[in-house]
Amino acid sequence: MIDVDMHHSFGDASISAQFKSDGGVTALFGRSGAGKTTVINAIAGLLRPDQARIVVKDRVLVDTAQGVFVPPHQRRIGYVFQDARLFPHLTVRKNLLYGARFSERRVPMDPVVELLDLKPLLERGTEALSGGERQRVAIGRALLSAPDMLLMDEPLAALDQGRKHEILPYLMRLRDEAAVPIVYVSHAISEVAQLANTLVVLDNGAIAATGPIDQLLSDPDLVPHLGVRDAGSIVTGRVVAHHADGLTELQTSGGALFLPHRTEPLGAVLRVRIEAQDVILSLNRPTGFSALNVLKGEISAIRDGAGPGVIVQIDLGDERVLARVTKRSALNLQLEIRQNVYAMVKTVAVGRSDIGAVGNT
Amino acid sequence: MDWLGPEEWQAVALSLKVAFWATVLSLPLGIWIAYLLARKEFWGRQALNVLVHLPLVLPPVVTGYILLLAFGRTGLFGVWLDALGVQLAFRWTGAVLAAAIMAFPLMVRAIRLSIEAVDNGLEEAGATLGASRLQVFVTITLPLMAPGILAGTVLAFAKAMGEFGATITFVANIPGQTQTVPSAIYAFLQVPGGEASAVRLVLISTALAVAALIVSEILAQRLARKARR
Repeated sequence: MIDVDMHHSFGDASISAQFKSDGGVTALFGRSGAGKTTVINAIAGLLRPDQARIVVKDRVLVDTAQGVFVPPHQRRIGYVFQDARLFPHLTVRKNLLYGARFSERRVPMDPVVELLDLKPLLERGTEALSGGERQRVAIGRALLSAPDMLLMDEPLAALDQGRKHEILPYLMRLRDEAAVPIVYVSHAISEVAQLANTLVVLDNGAIAATGPIDQLLSDPDLVPHLGVRDAGSIVTGRVVAHHADGLTELQTSGGALFLPHRTEPLGAVLRVRIEAQDVILSLNRPTGFSALNVLKGEISAIRDGAGPGVIVQIDLGDERVLARVTKRSALNLQLEIRQNVYAMVKTVAVGRSDIGAVGNT
Repeated sequence: MDWLGPEEWQAVALSLKVAFWATVLSLPLGIWIAYLLARKEFWGRQALNVLVHLPLVLPPVVTGYILLLAFGRTGLFGVWLDALGVQLAFRWTGAVLAAAIMAFPLMVRAIRLSIEAVDNGLEEAGATLGASRLQVFVTITLPLMAPGILAGTVLAFAKAMGEFGATITFVANIPGQTQTVPSAIYAFLQVPGGEASAVRLVLISTALAVAALIVSEILAQRLARKARR
């Protein structure tokens, strides 16, 4: 669906990127300055890459070898900018409808307005909107131009923490309901883990890894590229009980996982992100311990980090989690491959939910 | 308006006519040149910039004489225009040309500032939403620079009303034909008893100039406010 192969240099920096994606949400992840925006600007046509072949939905948008360069306004690629870029001389409604007059296809306005809760904003000017409202309008405006694909350049980066949590549910609904493939640029792994199914990791102007997100996030060799602090894997679990004391129980391949109360019905499949630094390892099933979540598995990889830490990968059967422990603890416990261990998890973050669906690993 | 004599009336009417046409005809070119100077990188950009601003610093009599050399009946372009039956020198149409050229730098400066205040990112956003370059210009760039265009127009009109040096050199001072308000004031001051007429025209000139400055200042402030947001 998306096939990108590009090389571009500017000043003394350069970027080379090759990746494919079958749709859904593809996250372009990397630190600031890794070249993420350059890549999506090339996809949108806002940048003319030195060498590239970019294909979206079987349409060749750029092929420098053949001299093909489709101008941005003919690409049908929606772009949600980090700074929203709403037109200040138009009302919210006119901003939303701006793209419709140039498009042959029509996207009905009402469902988009409803999806993003824009109704109360329609007749307002753009000046008084909050950051979160501006982003919602920008997303709606891009959707209503009937794009083949949406590009989102860190749409949450300019928002404070509270606003981020306000927008994320809209992005999840967009992903689940709008059926438009999305390329999502971010340097926040928690956002990416909640939204994306394909991950492209950019580091130092090149692709460090690309593939299904749960595989990459549990790969200990990728930890240096993602950042040790951000290391963490995704585990899927099925809701099996809502307990009277306010906890929701998930069944995962490594055992039961307890979360603060969730509204999802029994049988729903949730994706849970477990940060490597929140995992404590034990050789015996721990007792007399406050952490509720104990997952049983087998050590499948151990990687020394640059600092005092070690990344340990634990195979739970179908899935893997990462644990970050100190070298000293690893030595004391005499951790080795194929050893059985218990991973104790204090806190978890819940990401995308696929109600009633079988996990999509 | 009994207090203006027929000759004075003639001068005011001619000045208004000349300033109107000078402004209207040079506006599209002014927007285009301002856009080129603000947004495009091309060979000779600096030369164009100098050429546009030259009438601002050149002695007006020099500009007028150059116009005479170029557009007089035997001038460089004048020969061609004469063959087409168009004569500019010593006609009110020539006054329009002189006024337009003298007012052009003021117009271009004001419009250029307003283009530079338009965020290029908004134009990019327009392109990703399916608008062609021309559609982006008409639906985004132009409305956002409207206060600057208005300010430039008002300033140019006021300047065209007051142009004297280039006009009198190029088209002389023929009552009813090329005698604009400034030329008339000059003429009245040359004859005994003309002071009263001159003062009346001076009052009209001053009022128009002050009004134009106030309007353009208000528009410029509005533009600056918009750019800050």
